[in-house]
Amino acid sequence: MADYKPNEMMTVAAARALKNDDVCFVGIGQPSAACNLARLTHAPNITLIYESGTLATKPNILPLSIGDGELCETALTTVSVPEMFRYWLQGGRIKVGFLGGAQIDRFANLNTTVVGPYDKPKVRLPGGGGAPEIATSCGEIFIIMAQGKRSFVDKLDFVTSIGHVSGGDSRAKLGVKTKGPTKLITDLAMLEPDPETKEMTVVSIHPGVTREQIQENSGWPIKFAAKVGETPPPTQRELEVLRDLHAQTNRAHAEAA
Amino acid sequence: MARISSLSEAIQSAVRDGDTVALEGFTHLIPHAAGHEIVRQGRKELTLIRMTPDLIYDQLIGMGCVSRLVFSWGGNPGVGSLHRLRDAIENGWPQKLELEEHSHAAMANAYEAGAAGLPCAIFRGYIGGDLPKVNSKIKRVTCPFTGEELAAIPAHRPDVAVIHAQRADKAGNVMIEGVLGVQKEAVLASKRSVVTVEEIVDELPERSLNAVVLPHWTVGHVVEVPGGAWPSYAQGYYPRNNGFYKEWDAISRERDSFHTWMKENVLSKGPEVFAKYARKHRMAAE
Repeated sequence: MADYKPNEMMTVAAARALKNDDVCFVGIGQPSAACNLARLTHAPNITLIYESGTLATKPNILPLSIGDGELCETALTTVSVPEMFRYWLQGGRIKVGFLGGAQIDRFANLNTTVVGPYDKPKVRLPGGGGAPEIATSCGEIFIIMAQGKRSFVDKLDFVTSIGHVSGGDSRAKLGVKTKGPTKLITDLAMLEPDPETKEMTVVSIHPGVTREQIQENSGWPIKFAAKVGETPPPTQRELEVLRDLHAQTNRAHAEAA
Repeated sequence: MARISSLSEAIQSAVRDGDTVALEGFTHLIPHAAGHEIVRQGRKELTLIRMTPDLIYDQLIGMGCVSRLVFSWGGNPGVGSLHRLRDAIENGWPQKLELEEHSHAAMANAYEAGAAGLPCAIFRGYIGGDLPKVNSKIKRVTCPFTGEELAAIPAHRPDVAVIHAQRADKAGNVMIEGVLGVQKEAVLASKRSVVTVEEIVDELPERSLNAVVLPHWTVGHVVEVPGGAWPSYAQGYYPRNNGFYKEWDAISRERDSFHTWMKENVLSKGPEVFAKYARKHRMAAE
């Protein structure tokens, strides 16, 4: 078996969740790496959309910002930001939204706003950006986040964007018709919402990871599905493409300095 | 009506203490040179609007020009925090910073509503999260036809919009290409505007029939500042300097190193320093 890092397993597992005919709204960082890995491996025709207005973009290097020239130059077309949010996102054209966050709770609500109280924050985070409406307007949401006690918390300091709210049918009761988070991909496991309670539940464990490890890195008593599988490890090709993408990206960003 | 002027003259005349100013640019065409001129002229008590406050807002905030920020994402993209913004919010340094925080969808809609002359923006958003609890400007309205509850926020109507574009002609018609952001909307929503450009040309070049052009009678001051968007980029002229965005993290982390940098690179310099980043002629896409 190839030697790989937990972070690489996470990106590969997230990439595999995407399909060739998906239309995907991509966030910067981990989501962007996963989406482009999917495009360069099993999903060459996936449509990637960044909130800077670039539609169907095919970057050769990963962008550092959401509106790098690389995205625009390789896009089918680039629209204005109001059009992006009104026609494409709010208009219901996006199938999958890919999000990350600083904190997540058991119902996959996300915080990217503050740690501590809003008026006297311990750490001020960048804020919601597109997330509040991505979370409710995309057909479904995939979340990619490394696990840890500080990020997988019992109670969020601030709800920036909703997942399954307080579980059960609470999301639908707010009038939201989209599915919300259907997959949570971490560096240890894959989680999906329980069909009834909507609590994020471990359905697959990455190779070499134990249930105890998953629990130790979660701030609530984590649930495991009745049948838990093992995530297939990254293939040689997946690792090669991912590492090559990161190497090209680092080279390009260093050159620009 | 567009007036071709110098940068100091344009900022002197268009930006006043206490104004609400939108220096826009969605990672592309960010008006850095114009922002530096605002710092040099020592404007105070500004309300700044921007979807994605980044380095230039970090600088304006750290230099004490700003008392209020209306925004939806404040960070150094792909790098991390804006340290001067955080210092202002977390420690009130160099002064207290009042926040009006939104989502991107809300901000984009508010600019569009401003450009359209409407009092408010209406959209499907802000469902279930905590932002409406900390921002009293976020309200709900009911659609009179379907009964659907929607979000409403006031339109953006800045006193001044400041943007950077690739080029203008001698009459002051401004052409923008690439990632467009909300610059067209910001200018049309504002009472006054300052547009810096890479070059002022006799005639706008051959272009798509649907090119994004702000006619000269919709813009205020037009100023030629080659390289004026650096370290962000100008599509077709120069790429984003991702390396500087990473360096900014260290420069801005401490108040002293921040001040030293501002003194050396902004306070004691003029807009001509940006020229070294510019390309004289439009290049093919890299």
